[in-house]
Amino acid sequence: MSDRQMDGDKPSEHDEDVTLLRVPVSLDYDYSAGVSASRFLRGIEQGKLLGQRCPVDGRVYFPSRGSCPQHAVTFGDETVDLSDKGTIVTFSIVRVPSANIPLELPYIAVNVVLDGADTILMHVLDANPEDVHMGMRVQAVWKPREEWTTSTANILYFRAIDEPDADYDQYKEHI
Amino acid sequence: MCPEPEAALTAPHSLEYTYKRSLGPILSQFFTALRDRRMLAVRRSDGSVLMPPKEYDPDTGASLDGMIEISSEGVVRSWSWVSKPRRQQPLDHAFAYALIQLDGADTTFLHVVDAVEEGSMSTGMRVAARWKAETTGSMTDFVFVPVSSK
Ligand SMILES: [Zn+2]
Repeated sequence: MSDRQMDGDKPSEHDEDVTLLRVPVSLDYDYSAGVSASRFLRGIEQGKLLGQRCPVDGRVYFPSRGSCPQHAVTFGDETVDLSDKGTIVTFSIVRVPSANIPLELPYIAVNVVLDGADTILMHVLDANPEDVHMGMRVQAVWKPREEWTTSTANILYFRAIDEPDADYDQYKEHI
Repeated sequence: MCPEPEAALTAPHSLEYTYKRSLGPILSQFFTALRDRRMLAVRRSDGSVLMPPKEYDPDTGASLDGMIEISSEGVVRSWSWVSKPRRQQPLDHAFAYALIQLDGADTTFLHVVDAVEEGSMSTGMRVAARWKAETTGSMTDFVFVPVSSK
């Protein structure tokens, strides 16, 4: 065509047709953690795992959102120090890659209830897939101390520890 | 009085839903042609020309497959000036979004006019596609520029 501007009539240098279109969709936020999660993140910067206790039934929430979703009461400023040891409640062996998860496959996604907490934490277990099981006792493996920031990434993953499995009754409510 | 709580922590947070869509035969031809710096439209049974092409006639639902090449120059039918572009917009300086009717087409589509200033935009002005040095088969392979400033 006379009004084509740059290409002349050269044939395409590509063998393949364009059959797929990548459609980027993204939203950029400045995320505010809020008072309660900020307290939790400042704790983890010091290597502390801070939960909060519901004043109505005494259950310990970790991480805490600052109020009890069941009783609709606020928790105030008091925190509970939790162990970095816990028990695997459930797990999933992940064999499908995900663009935003840079882990080698397969990896083990676990729900852990930390000792002293009444809510579960989702994390990753470093173990052979055939060894993971419910009730398994695990402990957090932390980054080197000088790398700690106000981020949950301070905990790299969980690892099995040499303790007998927890009794089913101790964690069955979390399944 | 309670002591002032420490300020809340904040952090940048990007949420992405990037996906790939399968183009199908008509749009595959359209995007493949863009990679070759050519504009492909589709002709309806009444002779009118849809640009960008559609797979089906919007009025009758009939399948369309009469692809034809049309000009990469056209006319601005409507426009809006973007004085402060956001990060994900196609240019990092002020530009116009415009409805453009290419010569040979009966429909308009939304695209970008890289004009020097708002005052150089007008409805009815002539524009032509300016192609990127590297084309990939995408609507961002080109922007429009006023014909006089090409
Ligand atoms: Zn409660």
